[in-house]
Amino acid sequence: MFKKVLIANRGEIALRIISACKELAVPTVAVYSEVDAHSLHVRFADEAVCIGPAKSAESYLNIPSVLSAAEITGADAVHPGYGFLAENAHFAEVAEACRVRFIGPPPRAIRLMGDKALARATMMKAKVPVLPGSTSALEGVDEAVETAQKIGFPVMLKASSGGGGKGLRVVENENDIGKAFLAAQKEAEAAFGANEIYVEKFLPSPRHIEIQIMADKHGTTVHLGERECSIQRRHQKILEEAPSAAVSERLREKMGRVAVSAAIAVGYHGAGTVEFLLDEDDRFYFMEMNTRIQVEHAVTEMVTGMDLVKDQIRVAAGEELGYRQKDIDVRGASIECRINAEDPVTFMPSPGTIHVFHVPGGPGVRVDTAAHAECEVQPHYDSLIAKLVVQGRDREEAIERMKRCLQLTVIEGVKTTIPLHLRILDDADFRAGRYTTRFLERFA
Amino acid sequence: MNLNLSELKELFELIAERNITEFELEEEGVKLRIKQGGSATPALTGLLPGRQAPAASAVEAVLEPADEADAEEGVSLVTAPMVGTFYLQPEPGAEPFARKGDRIKKGQILCIIEAMKLMNEIESDLSGELVAIYVENGQPVQYGDKLFAIRES
Repeated sequence: MFKKVLIANRGEIALRIISACKELAVPTVAVYSEVDAHSLHVRFADEAVCIGPAKSAESYLNIPSVLSAAEITGADAVHPGYGFLAENAHFAEVAEACRVRFIGPPPRAIRLMGDKALARATMMKAKVPVLPGSTSALEGVDEAVETAQKIGFPVMLKASSGGGGKGLRVVENENDIGKAFLAAQKEAEAAFGANEIYVEKFLPSPRHIEIQIMADKHGTTVHLGERECSIQRRHQKILEEAPSAAVSERLREKMGRVAVSAAIAVGYHGAGTVEFLLDEDDRFYFMEMNTRIQVEHAVTEMVTGMDLVKDQIRVAAGEELGYRQKDIDVRGASIECRINAEDPVTFMPSPGTIHVFHVPGGPGVRVDTAAHAECEVQPHYDSLIAKLVVQGRDREEAIERMKRCLQLTVIEGVKTTIPLHLRILDDADFRAGRYTTRFLERFA
Repeated sequence: MNLNLSELKELFELIAERNITEFELEEEGVKLRIKQGGSATPALTGLLPGRQAPAASAVEAVLEPADEADAEEGVSLVTAPMVGTFYLQPEPGAEPFARKGDRIKKGQILCIIEAMKLMNEIESDLSGELVAIYVENGQPVQYGDKLFAIRES
């Protein structure tokens, strides 16, 4: 096991990692920007190092700062959390070169899955179903038109180095491709510094179903069931569930097996998520793979009883996973609501000081948060205040429990998305489990 | 509770950082009273259990009585622009880059901060008299740590 783990992150996920380390009796080092000096992750880590000013590029994304902090504290492992440097293959490589173990998959796997066109090609080779489309980045508009005609409209132009919903353009017909291609390229260049575009068949109304996988360095790879993540605004998830109302036991096994073979195909170890699009006929297609722990890992932990972050750390330290596929059981139903500091209607960010803060308890309730009374919601970072997670014996109980919890949560001083979550939970289609990635449009 | 020298030093730094004007502590056989001049914004947070200010690592040396110097007019602080290990000398056994009392010229190298095996020379932003050195040779520093005080002239 590691001597000391440095957490290269902040907020609730930093606390989550500190929690796992405490349970493993591993000392922790927090890094923080100047504005985070009074954060809970700084308070609860055994040591803390200020690594820069507020701006992420100069602090949490600053590789030399983060690794210097590991150097001066003697940390022998770094957990990147999610976001920031979590899927930065270069960071993983530099860390390893500095003899600081990167708690995550091999840099090669990160790189492979980070290039969306390459990921598609790799999955095709591994016999993982993918949406019809180009096998590599398009040479130009002409190739885009040719490929689109072959696979049939509508199509989606996507940035190869993309993610987070950027660099995407839906094209309904041939006439719009030229303009869309240039626009997508421009957006991709601005967001990711690379303008390679590839094309895929566009499913108008799919469900976003993702499979959690976990692999050790000794040949064991398992899946822990699916998460339903169709409720998204501009490709940002705001509510997630496990299991999905649209996934039968048989489909879960099938998707799980495919996700496991995808992970094995890229030589994966650690926690990862394979994202699929599911159409109305139960056909699923690989979308992308996230080579990190995700925000919504909590719902999987609730229904399986596992501790994925502890497993990440143990696996990175060379331990055997300790369980097999047959040991994993999905019990009951879990829902997570991401409570963001945003206007629930306009989604305008609402940073500021939280003056009153109270979270609910009771059976089947979990709250992951770094917020507290008199804390500052910083404008420099994401707007997540808390993850409110519930579990019930079935989906109906989970819905009622979540509703009750949202009503019993008090956050004053900033606007929150709680009113939106309550409206979603009252929606007839949501309650019937009948929704797709277009669901949130009705609340726009 | 017995306060040793290094804990005292941490306490001084904490008080200076928070701009606490007056601090008093009384324990069995020990009475400590610290008063600081200059603008004072009283500490906002109550005393929290556990560590209040993050400590990069225990500091061994004697604290220069420079906290008074801070509060004076025309004294600027040079703070660490990066994380790493602080060196006052270009190499072991060599003369330090600067000593207390030295006249410093703008652009002059004051120290080295080593990070990931790279030696980064830290230059002075201004000219003046070096009135304080806050860190010891070989000490780890974090972003923002006080390194020197220079009275501009």
